[in-house]
Order: sequence, then C-alpha cells, then structure tokens
Amino acid sequence: MALSTEPGLSAAIGGGSGSVSKSRDGQAASMPTRAFVPDPYLDLARYQADADLLTLSFGPQHPSTHGVFRAVLYLDGEIVVKAVPYVGYLHRGVEKLCEKLSYSNVTPILDKNDYVSPMCNEQAANLAFEKLLGIEVPLRAKFLRTLLAEMQRVASHLLWLGTFAIDLGGALGGGTSVFMYCFRERELILDLFEELTGCRFHYNTHCIGGNRHDIPAGWPKLVHETLGTIDARLDDYLGMLEHPIFVDRTRGIGTLDAELALELGLAGPLARASGIDHDLRRDAPYHIYDQLDVRVACESGGDCWSRYKVRLDEMRESIRLARLLVDNVPAGPISASKPLTNVTQFKITTGQTYVAIESPRGELGTWVIAGGKGTSPLRMKIRPPSLHALAAVPYLFPRYTLSDAVAILGSLDPIMGEADR
Amino acid sequence: MADLLANPWLRGLLQGALLITVMMTAVAWISWFERKFAGRVQSRLGPTMVGPSGLLQPLADALKMFQKQELIPSAADSLLFRLAPPLALFLALGGAAVLPITQGMLASDLDVGVLYVLAFSGLLAFPIWMAGWSSSNKYALLGGMRMVAQGISYEIPMVLAALVPVVVTGSLSLSDIVTYQATHHWLVLWPPGLGLIAFIIFFTMALAEGNRIPFDIPEAESELVAGPATEYTAIRFGLIASAEYVHSLITCAFASTLFLGGWDGPFLPPLCWILIKTVGLFVLITWLRWSLLRVRSDQLMALCWKYLVPLSLGILLLTGAFIQWVG
Repeated sequence: MALSTEPGLSAAIGGGSGSVSKSRDGQAASMPTRAFVPDPYLDLARYQADADLLTLSFGPQHPSTHGVFRAVLYLDGEIVVKAVPYVGYLHRGVEKLCEKLSYSNVTPILDKNDYVSPMCNEQAANLAFEKLLGIEVPLRAKFLRTLLAEMQRVASHLLWLGTFAIDLGGALGGGTSVFMYCFRERELILDLFEELTGCRFHYNTHCIGGNRHDIPAGWPKLVHETLGTIDARLDDYLGMLEHPIFVDRTRGIGTLDAELALELGLAGPLARASGIDHDLRRDAPYHIYDQLDVRVACESGGDCWSRYKVRLDEMRESIRLARLLVDNVPAGPISASKPLTNVTQFKITTGQTYVAIESPRGELGTWVIAGGKGTSPLRMKIRPPSLHALAAVPYLFPRYTLSDAVAILGSLDPIMGEADR
Repeated sequence: MADLLANPWLRGLLQGALLITVMMTAVAWISWFERKFAGRVQSRLGPTMVGPSGLLQPLADALKMFQKQELIPSAADSLLFRLAPPLALFLALGGAAVLPITQGMLASDLDVGVLYVLAFSGLLAFPIWMAGWSSSNKYALLGGMRMVAQGISYEIPMVLAALVPVVVTGSLSLSDIVTYQATHHWLVLWPPGLGLIAFIIFFTMALAEGNRIPFDIPEAESELVAGPATEYTAIRFGLIASAEYVHSLITCAFASTLFLGGWDGPFLPPLCWILIKTVGLFVLITWLRWSLLRVRSDQLMALCWKYLVPLSLGILLLTGAFIQWVG
C-alpha cells in the first residue's frame, strides 16, 4: 500500500482556483494510479485557512443531505478542498434499546433504522436470532422473505433514483419529474406490502422462526402486474435521464477505486460500481439464494455513473428474481414457531453470532451477543452500510465542485436512520 | 382628456402603470399555468383548491406573501438587502417599455430598442448579486458569485445572436425590425439557416439569463438551498420570484419580436399573434424546465466561451457577408 501522498492528487488541485476544467482533466489521468491516500484531505498547507478558504457547514439542515448528514466543506471558490463529515444527528440509541427489549420485540424497532428498506432490517436481525436459537425457517417463509427482500430492493432503488435526480436537477425542475415518477412506482410496491402486512412502511412482518403474514389471495398476480409495469417504465426513466447533461454530471465524478472501497469497508452497489464483484446473495447465500442464479451487476468506473448503472441493473435483476420467486412459493407453514403469546418466549443464554445480508445499500450485518437473563441480547451491534458509505466522503468530495459534491453524496445513497441508529 | 394625454409625463405615467398592471397580471396567470403544466408533466394535478382549477392560487400566494412577517438577518447589509428585490423587479419590468405589442402599440419606440432591452436584462445580474452579497449567508454568497460568473458567460453570445436581426434589418429599433419581418421574411428563416442558429443561441442564452433549468445555477435548490434568495422572506422573496417570471415572459416576447415576426401573422389580429408566440415560447421554457437536469457552473462557462461565442461570431460574420453579397 503506497503510503506517500502521490503527486497525482496534488497536481489535480494544483492548477489553482480558476482551473476547474483543468483539474477535471488532470484527475482522469491520475486517478487509476491512486491506491490509498493516508490523509484524505488535500494539501491544506497551500492555503491560508482563514484567508483563502470558505468554510461551509453543509447540513444538517440542507435539502440535499438526505436527512441530517452534515459535512463541513472547505471551499476554494467552488472546489471542495477538504470535507469533514459529521454523523449522529439522528442517533436514537437503537442498539442500547435492543438490550432492553425481548428478542421478539426488537424487530419493530429495527424497522426505523433503514427506513427506505425496512424489510431488510427485520430480515438481518431475525436471521441472527434464528441462528442463535437454532430454528430452521420453513421453506415457504424463506421464499417469502427472499421475495420481499427483492421487492424491497426495487422500491429502495426507485427512491434512490428519484432523490438522485433531485440532487442533480433541483427541487423545481426535471429532477422533480423523475422523482415523482419513481415515487409513483414505489407506491405500487408499497401498496402490495400494505396488502400483505397491513402497513405501508414499518411492516413488522418478519418474526423469529418465519413470517407473520401469509400471502393473500390474488397477491401473486398483482405482484406480476406491478413489477411488469415498473420494468416497462424503467425504460422511460432512462430516456428521461440519460441525456448529455446527466452523463456529463455523473461520468468521471466521484471516482472511487476498488482498493479504497475495500479499505473503507464498502459493500453493495458502491463496491460493485468500483469493480469489486461481490454480492452476499451469491457469495454467501442465505434463505434460498443458493437455489437462485443471481446475476450480479458490476461496473468498473467507480464514478457516479457506474453507481447509477449498477443500481439500475440491480433493479431489473430484482424484478426478474421477484417474478420468478412469486410463482414458485411452496405451500406450507410460514412460521416454525408458535404464535407469540409471551414476549419473553425466546431465551438465549449463551453464544454470539454475526449475520450479514445484502441490503439494497450493501452489507447489513447484525452481531448479537446473548447472555444475561437470556430474554434480551446482552449486546447487539448493527453494521449499517450507509455509515461505511459516508466514510468515503472525505476521499470523494475534494477536488470536485460543490455541485458535484451533492451528486456524489446522492450517489452514495446514505440513509441517516441507519447510519446514526 | 386629449390634452391630458398630450402631456408626455402624464402619458408616460399612464402607460407605465398600464404596462406594470398587465405584466404583473400576466405573471400571476403564467405562474398558475406553469404549476398546472408541471403537475401534468409529473402526473399529478397541480393547484386545485383555490378557485376553479386553482385559478386563484397566485392571488392566494401573493396575499400570503404580503401577510408574512419579514425577517432581515442582523448581519445583513440592510440597505442593499432591502433594495435588491424591488430593483430586480424594476429591471425585469423595464424591458417591457419598448416591446411592440402590435403596430403602433408600444410604450416607447426607442431608436435603440434592442440595446435597451439587452441592457436592462443584462443588469438583472446586479440585484441578484446584491441579494447574495448583502445576505451575509454563505449559500447566498455562492449563489451571487455564480450569477456574476454566469452573467459574463451568457451575455456575449446572447448579444451577438441578437445582433443578427439588427444586421439584417439595419435598425436597432424593435418596431422597425418587426415591420421588416412583416414585409420581408421572419428572421428565424432569414438568412436561411443562420437565422435559425442565431435564434437557438439567443433562446438558450435567454434560459441562462432567466435562471431557468438547465441553467438555474445561481439558485440551484439542491446545492445552495435557494441561492441568493436563501435569506429572503415574505414579499421580498415574492418580488424576486415574480421578477424571474416577468423576465422570462419579456424574454419570450423579445425573442418572438426579434426572430419570429412579432405581431406579424396571417388571419388572426396582431395582438393574438404576439400573445401566441410569447406564450408558445414560454411553454417551451416550461417544458424544458420540467424535463431537464441542471448543468454545472463550469460546464455553462465552457459551453458559452468555448462553443457559443465563436459560433455566434461566425454567424454574425456570415450574416454580414450574406447581406453584402446576396441581399
């Protein structure tokens, strides 16, 4: 690992304040050689901190910080020289709360973590509990969980696409149009979830040992119709988005190389956009993913454009998988455990486990240490992919303009609910 | 009455009052139209609650703006901060004075009408910059800086493109230009090809001038919150917003006067034609706004300086040659 600050980076910004396009050209040549920058910040010695740089507190109350993310940006004109991210504005003490709750009461709390894909939070936690308890989930529940996870991935990526378009196109313009379309389609999936679970957002449908809600009559047909509609409409968005402005705003912007991505512990679409062909659904299958042929979308550019491409391909793949799954759900019980009568029904006195699933944002892990009285976890650690994505901010923002910083942050798809927990 | 109107001061005052009333009413309707249009583009309804089809929505918005408490940041430069929005509206409205609405129906037939309109709309960068600078807010400051950077970029190709009709007609007076078009050719078609390119350059740069997507870089809601208008509240915010609409509308009217023959057209009365053309161009602006994304500041500068300035210079030269040798 090259630990010296290589010349490429300082040359990229070395053009001075007025040479935006020059630095852009410069970085294209220097980026591939960059392995790892020990100090992510650009050479601040060149500047008089008080005189040359504008300190901009970007967030937590800002339209484009995807909630309450905050970064202090040091700007040379429009170019970001240094970015310091701050998280924690949405900290609710979820992990500590879990230590006070019984195992079966943890699930609804976790719904609020990654509030764009609540199903996946439930899935990750319940998988860990089931592993500790040694419960085997019935096949029908496995199918159902996989199906819901894939549908949730489509809904989550739709929301991402919409907000990313807003980041690029402004709240009063073409970006909003794409946003509205994406939300319209996401609503269709939420409608399906509502039909299944009775809730549109915080489902609480996974429970230890299986699922709480069975598939209602006629639901599979609706799934087919909805996913078919979304699949067809995705092409419309491509027509609306992939014009020269969008390409110019995303290609070569926020380049993240594979080595840095690994170093930062990135997973999911971000890592795959940087050329790391890794997907837990294929590489460490859970539920019934080992029976599925998951085609993993992978790009090598590492820029906003690649991240966009990866997520779009993932959406299509998830639609394909969901349509495949919904036809093949086997008959049988949906839960291995008895209906809940007592919240302290599940007792685990010893052991610990780490379970990771592929959430729409990457590797969502749950580490549970059992102990104490056995009715609630002694310690529960959640590994949120968004937090790791935000760790890339100091490396990605510098040498791009403020406008690009917004686009880069959007392409990271952070959900502050899970990053801050 | 007749001798009252003979007094040039009184006449000017009346005409000005009439013009302002008409423009501000038009802005109210146009903003309703844009919101409805945006609604339809985004498969929703737009305003529906106030009045039939939400027609009274602009009125309700204006009333709301007037009622709101106005906050002026203690760190702001109070005088400039207060002055900027009315100045913006004044400069936006000023251009309307020389626009020939129909033959003989214009407030003032200036000999240098083209320059006058270009000067007024070019000055519009100043109140925006004032607003950004005096707010003592970093987002507003960045927005103001962007406005200035944008101003020096779009202005040159825009003026060069606007000179093409001037070269063809040999007059800077807008009513002369329209009369020429009524008797000869519309200037979007003449000189063949060149006129169309000049029109496209002019119209694109007019989008940049009016802070319209894809060039609403100074405002850039997703980056700069609201750009120079970040700290503004109540009616001063309303003034900035309506200045933008007035400016868009006047630019559309100006473009149709310069290139699309103004009030000239078959069958319908002249007033209808100028309205149809202006509103048509406004629909185009709106359509672009609700379907495109925003470019970056440096991309706009590159577009203007690297491509449009040489292109519009070339067009101007070719037009001169065309007039010299073809006629």
